[in-house]
Parts: sequence; C-alpha cells; structure tokens
Amino acid sequence: MSLLSVQDIGKAFRSYRSEWQRFARWFGIPMQPSEEHWVLRHVNFDVAAGEAIGIIGQNGAGKSTLLKVITGTLKPTEGAIHINGRIAAILELGMGFNPELTGRQNVIHAAGLMGFSMDEIQAAIPAIQAFAEIEEYFDEPVRIYSSGMQVRIAFAVATAWRPEILIVDEALSVGDSYFQHKSFNRIREFQDQGTTLLIVSHDRSSIQTLCDRAILLENGTVIKDGNPEEICDFYNAIIAEKKDRTVQVKRLDNGKTQTTSGTGEARVEEIVLYNSVGDAVEFVEVGDTVELRITAKVYQPIETLVLGYGIKDRLGQVMYGTNTWHTKQVIERPKAGERYQFTIRFTANLGVGSYSIQTALVDKDTHLTANYEWQDMAFVFNVVNIDKTHFVGCLWSEPVIKIEEMVA
Amino acid sequence: MIHSLWRYRYFIIGAIKSELIARFSRSKLGAIWMVINPLAQVLIYALILSNVLAAKLPGIENKYSYSIYLMAGLLAWTLFHDIVSRLLTLFIEQGNLMKKMSFPRITLPTIVVGSSLLNNLLLFIAMLGIFVLLNQQFNPVILWLIPLTLVIVILSIGLGLVLGIINVFLRDTGQVVPIVLQMWFWFTPIVYPISIIPQKYHDLLILNPMYPMTSAYQQILVYGQAPSLDSIAITAAVGCTLTLLGLFIFRRANAEMVDVL
Repeated sequence: MSLLSVQDIGKAFRSYRSEWQRFARWFGIPMQPSEEHWVLRHVNFDVAAGEAIGIIGQNGAGKSTLLKVITGTLKPTEGAIHINGRIAAILELGMGFNPELTGRQNVIHAAGLMGFSMDEIQAAIPAIQAFAEIEEYFDEPVRIYSSGMQVRIAFAVATAWRPEILIVDEALSVGDSYFQHKSFNRIREFQDQGTTLLIVSHDRSSIQTLCDRAILLENGTVIKDGNPEEICDFYNAIIAEKKDRTVQVKRLDNGKTQTTSGTGEARVEEIVLYNSVGDAVEFVEVGDTVELRITAKVYQPIETLVLGYGIKDRLGQVMYGTNTWHTKQVIERPKAGERYQFTIRFTANLGVGSYSIQTALVDKDTHLTANYEWQDMAFVFNVVNIDKTHFVGCLWSEPVIKIEEMVA
Repeated sequence: MIHSLWRYRYFIIGAIKSELIARFSRSKLGAIWMVINPLAQVLIYALILSNVLAAKLPGIENKYSYSIYLMAGLLAWTLFHDIVSRLLTLFIEQGNLMKKMSFPRITLPTIVVGSSLLNNLLLFIAMLGIFVLLNQQFNPVILWLIPLTLVIVILSIGLGLVLGIINVFLRDTGQVVPIVLQMWFWFTPIVYPISIIPQKYHDLLILNPMYPMTSAYQQILVYGQAPSLDSIAITAAVGCTLTLLGLFIFRRANAEMVDVL
C-alpha cells in the first residue's frame, strides 16, 4: 500500500464571462466557463514510505500547484489523491505569525492550525523551545525577533511531530548555517524513521544528495520519473533546448544513462584519459597527473567555440568544472570540417570512487545562449588508492601530522 | 463541518484569545478601548440629539431615558454590524493563509463570531454599569437578551457569509456593503424613536429584519417589558434561511475561493 497516490490529477483555473455564471453553477445550473486554464493534467505517481522524491521543473511547470493539491489547500479539478498519513509542509516558514504575540503563543496558534490538541501542544512545547534555541526570546513578542529567529521557531513547530510526508520547498536555504545543518539533520532523521520527503528545488545538488527519485514536470505533466541524476541531466538539457527538442538518452553498460543534447554545429568525437606514463586508462591512481584529451569536430561555421568540462562523482555532484572561456582560450570562427584536440592536464586529487566527465561545446561561458553539444556521462573512470595513506572523502589532501608528547 | 469545528475547538478559542491580546497588547487601556468606541458614539448622539428627541420618548420618567434607549439599540446593532462587516472581508484578508495551509476553513468565520460575541459581552457589561449609574431599574426580563443575541448572530452569520463569499469573486461587494450598512442603520429606529416616522410608513419596517431586534432590546432595557415574539420569529426564520444558504454556498465555493484569491 503506497503512502501517497496521485491518480490522474488535473487542475484547471476557470474564468467565466461573468461571475454571476460562476454563482449559478453552485446552484447546479450548467454554465460553460469562458476559459479553462489547465495547470496540471494527467499527473500520476505513487510514493512509498521512506522515499525521498525531488520535484523538478521550470517556472510555471506546475510544481507549486502540485504541492498545493497534495497538501490540500487546492482541490483538484479531476482525479484523486489518496494519502495514508499526515502531511507537514515547510513552505513559507513563519506564515501567519502574529508579531504582537510571543513566540510561545504563536507556537500554540500555529500548532493548533495544524490540528493538534491543547494537550499534544503543551507536551511538545519544551522540545520546540529547545530545538529553536532562542532562549529567553521565546516569551517575547515576535515583532522584536530577527528574521532568523522567526525561521527557527517556524521550523521547530513545523517539524515538532514526525509527519508521514514532509514537503520541503526550497526553504532550507534560510537561517544561519548552524541551524541549516540542524534542520537538515532533523529531516534526515525523519527520513530514517520512514517519513517520505517531497522536495522542490532548482538546486540540483540538494536534489541529488537528498533524493533517491526525481520527477520532472513540464507544462503540467510528468515527463520523466526516475533516478535523480538522470532526471537532473535531462532537465539541464531541456533548459538549453527550448526551441528544438533533440535530447537523446542512452543507457550505458553500468546502468547509468548518458544524456546528449545540442544543436550539433560541433560535436565531441573522442574522449581519452592518459595517465602520467602515457597509457590510455580507465583507472587512475590518487594524486597521479593525468591528461584528458578531447577531440571535437566542427560541422558548421560558427562564431566562437568553447569547450567546457566537469568531473562528477557517482552522485552527480560536480567536483571540478571550467571551460575555455574562463581560461581565455576561445576558438574564433572555426570552419566546417575543422577538428580540434583539447588536452587538459590535471592532478587527480580525488578520493577513491567512480567519476564521470561531462562535456559541453558552447559559444560563451554558459550553455544557455548556444548549446552545440552537451554530454553527460561522456566518459567514466575510477580512482584507486595504491600507494597513498588510506583516507575517506572525495578530496585527496595529503596531510602532515605532527605529534608531540606534552611534558607536564 | 461540525466534527472539524470540534476537533479544532482549542485552536478557535486560542485564536479568539490571541486576537484580543494582539489588538491591545501595546495600548495602555487595553480591552477598554473596545467599549469606549461605541460609548463615545452614544455620548455624541446623546449630547446633540437628546433635546430634540427626548421629548418624543413616551412613558418614561428617567431624564436619561434617551441615552438608555440609544444604548439599547446600539448594543443590538453593533453586534450585527461587527459580524457582517468582518465576515465581508474575512476570506480576502485570510487569503494568504488559506492558500498556504490546509485546515478546516469553517474555523475562520467561527473565530470572527466568537470574538464579536466577546466584544458585545464586554460592551453589555459596560452599559449595565452605566445604567446603574443612571438609576435604571432591571427585572428578570433582561434574560431575554440571551436568545435575542442568538437570533442576531444567526442573521449576521447568514448575511455575512453570503456577502463574504461573493466579495471574493466580486470585489465591488466590499465597497457597496459598508454604504448599505450605514443607510440600513439610519433606516432602523435606533437613534430616533419609531414615533417620529409617519404612520403610513410603519408597515415598511416589516421589511427590515433588524427592526424587531433593536426594538426588542429597547423594550427590555428601557421599559423592562418582554418583547413580542411574532416579528422576532420572522427575523429568526430569515436568519436561518440565510445561514443555510451561506453554508451551502460555502461548501460549493470553498475549492474555487482559493483559486481566485
């Protein structure tokens, strides 16, 4: 039995030639709306307990509307939603706080709005106060709070009881970094205890670290549902491809997917990685100096050509990335048929694990003005530790450790 | 609906309390301001109009009878006016909250009614104090005010709910209703006694559902007599019909309201 089941949801905003027609409809008189604007249509997905799902999409794709329909503030026009459990939303923290009331009074009010009884609220207040860590301010009116303190209280109330489904809408970037870590930990704890997370964000790193599944919304429908890295790559590709959709997705041997997009004026032909001895390799030793050779061919005359590349870890987080625009090595007016070899020499100061290379052939510093070709998972290699001190993490940063016994 | 009201009962009570605290937390006189406002109105009318109108109040010896008459009518009217005008803008004011949080919407009008009733109770207590100072006598008839208050509440909930919902879709309502309420106030014998209205227009007063209420309050508080029930029954029936209509529209419009807010 799934925790949340969204079945063929559609949401239309209707307008009428006259509001009187709308009123007439309430009394059962059939009236045709003059305009129907469908924000969501045929949205389907099921969520199991403990899953963490990222919802991705461009502005206006219907993300917020979908969340509102799930939380119940908006009623779907068609379809149904089945929820087994309580939903809590961290949408706009501090909504509805009354500045004249104290933190404590506002907590009681906000928790009451969430539907808890007086006893439950009274029992939870010490924990809320402790989590917010605002000490004596708790019994002062909220109007003298800093915005950070308001966020602390709001987050503490919203997460005082573990919900079955927690909706997080980019709110995590508020507050100071200490509290950010603290709230992040609490979300993680909830997740371990079986809470399902629904996260809306434009920030791919938070989606990729928190989520184990992602849903891509476009024009009010789910166009892709799957592994977060794959969805993020695909999303990245479609922002560049608004005009002509030529996004290709290829499944690689290791089960990952390679996403290629672009208008095709120039293409990467070959990517080879050489170690310091000069052999083409797929395994690299920690700290070895390696060369990444990328061959690109120009198919149509263009103004400028820039190669960008990035090294991503297995979660899809970019470890390092730059391009020849930033290194001031732009190729001016390449002609059709010309080929270029880019040799990128760097030290593999990377932790043990699997890494992938993404490449981009573009005209300027981003792929948003012109995107000739964009490849995710263009090349995969592994970093192994042979002769270095054993370490964990994704960065090799060899330390010098000195120990002296202190003489008392 | 009733189930969710019961489940949220602590929230409703808490919200009424918070509203009071918030309104007066930084003023020195606090809740006293709630009664000063209507009493100042009484004072103004009493000063300006008592000489003109006092003579027209038949059958009372107390020289302050006009002031008592005024207060009696205003007590009924302020309750009605308070609830209707606050319900009128309620959904628009709380639009943001309704868009962001999921909770039973019916709690919102309930909070308004509760806090208006509390205001009215305080006003009533203040007026009783003044009546004692003015040497006005009371008898058990005063208990009639409890069912009468209930009738006014039902009438104003019905009217306020219908107008408040319409106002979400047709914002002109919010501008028109205060004007209508003001005219309505002057077409109800509150400031003046019914005797100054020409006899031939008396029949028209039947069309005013607030007239039986203000006149019942005046009967009880000025003359110490039980009110006549026939016309009150009509008002109660009108109130019940409007409330049922309001709740029906509320159920129908609930989903659409958030769409346009």
